[in-house]
Amino acid sequence: MRRSLFSWFLFPLILSLPLPAPAFQLPQIETARLANGMEVIVVADHRAPSVVHMIWYDAGSVDEPSGKSGLAHLFEHMMFKGTPSVPAGELSRRVAALGGRDNAFTSRDYTAYFQQIPPAALLEVMRLEADRMTNLQFDITAFRKELAVVQEERKLRTDDFPKSLAYETLLATALIAHPARNPVIGWPTDLEALTLDDLVDWYRRWYAPNNARLIIVGDVDPTAVLHAAEAIFGSIPPNPAVPPVAARSRYEDPPQRGMRHATIRAAVELPTLFFAWKVPPLRDPDRDRQAAALIALAALLDGFEGARLPRALIKTRRLAIAVSAEVDLIGRAPGLFLVEAQAAPGVSLESLAEAILSEITAIAEGGTRPDELERVLRHYTAQQIYQRDSLMGEAMRIGMARAANLPADTDARLLALLKTISPADVQEAASRWFSRDTLTRVDLLPLSASRTATGALP
Amino acid sequence: MKLRLLSFWTALLIFLSHASIVHAAPISERFVVDGVVIDLVETRTLPIIDLILSFDAGSRRDPPQQEGLASLTQALLFGGTTAREEQSLAEAIADLALQHSGAVDQDRSILRWRFLADAPIRDAALSLIAEIVATPAFPEPIVVREKNRAIAALQESLTRPEVVAERTLWSRLYPDHPYGRLPTAESLAPLTREALIAFHRRHYTRATLSIAIVGPLSRAEAEALVRPIIAALPEGIPLPPPSPPLSAPSSAPPSPIYLPHPSTQTHWLVALPLIRRDDPDYFPLLVGNWIFGGGSFSSRLVQAVREAHGLAYSVYSQLEPLADPGPWTIRFQTRGHQAETARAIVLETLTRFLSEGPSEEELRLAQTALADGWGLRLDSNRKIADWLAIVNFYRLPPDWLNRYPEAVRATTAEAIRNLFQQRIDLSALTWIAVGGNDDPR
Repeated sequence: MRRSLFSWFLFPLILSLPLPAPAFQLPQIETARLANGMEVIVVADHRAPSVVHMIWYDAGSVDEPSGKSGLAHLFEHMMFKGTPSVPAGELSRRVAALGGRDNAFTSRDYTAYFQQIPPAALLEVMRLEADRMTNLQFDITAFRKELAVVQEERKLRTDDFPKSLAYETLLATALIAHPARNPVIGWPTDLEALTLDDLVDWYRRWYAPNNARLIIVGDVDPTAVLHAAEAIFGSIPPNPAVPPVAARSRYEDPPQRGMRHATIRAAVELPTLFFAWKVPPLRDPDRDRQAAALIALAALLDGFEGARLPRALIKTRRLAIAVSAEVDLIGRAPGLFLVEAQAAPGVSLESLAEAILSEITAIAEGGTRPDELERVLRHYTAQQIYQRDSLMGEAMRIGMARAANLPADTDARLLALLKTISPADVQEAASRWFSRDTLTRVDLLPLSASRTATGALP
Repeated sequence: MKLRLLSFWTALLIFLSHASIVHAAPISERFVVDGVVIDLVETRTLPIIDLILSFDAGSRRDPPQQEGLASLTQALLFGGTTAREEQSLAEAIADLALQHSGAVDQDRSILRWRFLADAPIRDAALSLIAEIVATPAFPEPIVVREKNRAIAALQESLTRPEVVAERTLWSRLYPDHPYGRLPTAESLAPLTREALIAFHRRHYTRATLSIAIVGPLSRAEAEALVRPIIAALPEGIPLPPPSPPLSAPSSAPPSPIYLPHPSTQTHWLVALPLIRRDDPDYFPLLVGNWIFGGGSFSSRLVQAVREAHGLAYSVYSQLEPLADPGPWTIRFQTRGHQAETARAIVLETLTRFLSEGPSEEELRLAQTALADGWGLRLDSNRKIADWLAIVNFYRLPPDWLNRYPEAVRATTAEAIRNLFQQRIDLSALTWIAVGGNDDPR
């Protein structure tokens, strides 16, 4: 039974705008598990003749052996290199011939493959995924070329992209033992050392139905999809050696005993400051009030154009040309509260750092008003409706939650919890997690130190 | 859900019942309210409204030496109105959960809005949107602040090799056309509050506005919805074309333009002016481009550069149609020491495509992918609204979205080969290479 989402949203307007809550149903999420352990999640949404079909494997960069960073992602590329019945490149061609598109993505916690297709093509793409779950071919020439492609990808997205370099350093500095410290794309030195055997081992270790999750959202009949899943994937034997996700989830890093501060010099004009604090990740979307309070705090700082950080740093004090705050709580890793600010010309990172800390301190000491909190959280309610517009978005939210061992409807549960968060909860969060001794800071600086001062504008 | 075992064939039968579905694009209709052309797609699946306002206030309208004025004017719409200052405007937007994003391209100033369709919320949202577009206050201190931010952001962007390549492209391809004039620190610095007010007065009127709407609205409801915006704007005068039509492309310099950058990859950008939004040959060029380099893994460019040689992660070509002929571009990045190898492969792939044209098999694949895939590219209100706004602003036929699949299927291999040969002159291509100077090998 689902409640209307509107009562809370409209509360502040209710005096001037009395209105009935419109009937709007969240789509039903159907879940089943095949006998071989494969999870199947189906959401029927008949708005367009379109289906998003995804297979998520619980194998991400956090599962990589030490010294093998980038393995999960390079392997994702190899999944397009063919099987005995579907030669290299043929899968994408067949999906295009069905009027669809396909791709894949790798993250800290998972590797996922997807096709978006007309409904009539669903069985065909399910068979293609079942085929490459077990029959992938490995070829040394294809491996060498694909490694070169991934090295180009790393140069494009990280080595030649200063903000990515800084973020990579931020994670590797904030975390010292947890594997989430490694970049998903892989350290360049690790990438260079990966072998075809590493990829074969990775496939044998993780690519099995009991480590996979089928997610289908769109114009389908859930019962028919579940039967098709049984028919197509049900005969693939499980791999009993795969440890369950819960057994390989760690949410802590060793305690931090003092601020960590790193610098990156790169081809930028304006310095940028990156802050990270480790916070508890979301484990239970019905009860983790600490996590919900941190989400509310991030919204208070950066939830709209007039929120505290843009207002103070960009508009009033003009110390920054861009600022953001966000909290990353969903995953098999410690949570992180992140703040990023790009200095206005002539402004030092020290004054920027103090300004950010003083905004957090102001909430820790002065708290917030209920109306301010209500305003910054309001868009979360509307977002529950806005985000139904995208089939891909719905499949992604379900996939990311399940990959973190959270319920498929985590976002709806979290919204209900968020509605119960009070100014006192937010104040408590602001005073608890933001010590200077647990801060990790990265300064992204221009190559030539003398250039920043000359950039000042009148 | 309880899973019962059922044979594979039963499952297949259930699916086959879907097989005959035709992927019709949503039906749109066009009407005029007080001189403003409105395109509407009525869809009752979600209680949300997507509204896109397109003003003829793109960067081609920047007066000479004032490049950046169009962008700055749009940014300042959110700097406060005559009725409320900046912070209370931001709070009013947040209180309605009114989503918005803006963009200024060569032709258009685009303002996208999304809000809940509930009558009281949508009425409040519409009156707020009308206030924002019609009565901006352009407070002097905020003009100065945003101008300085724009200059700082521009200077920062010039550290990016892809930005340098892009700017070089526009200035080289359009030396005597407004598309070729780009904002600089020097053009932004002298902009005044008065210049913004004058630009707004001339370019934000009923005569320059087009509106696209997607949501649970009948035509009558949609008319009522946008009346507050239209009523708030002055009538204005339609603007003349900003320049004489682009003349035939002059021959580009024979050798590539090389610009240094301390990056490990060389960013290649290859282009020539090619296509207007209303070009009668849009569809054969679209299908031909898909086959040559249109983003799919199956394209000739990806097969040659990435799959056969492992030289790049990203390589593609695309049409960028505009009011005057916009460019056809090829983009790829590769390690500096491989820059010439990759360039030779791209040139060879293009030369071969121009001489032989697509095969029948390639044509069939492209037609299926584009025609059957069209429904997937319109599977959300947001995507429909973005396409509808193009149909709306450029006055494409009102049923353009619906006729797309049949137009794609009507193309032939011969027409594509002839068009590419006629319109893509290898000697007229501009080749730009930025960076790669820090490739360690």
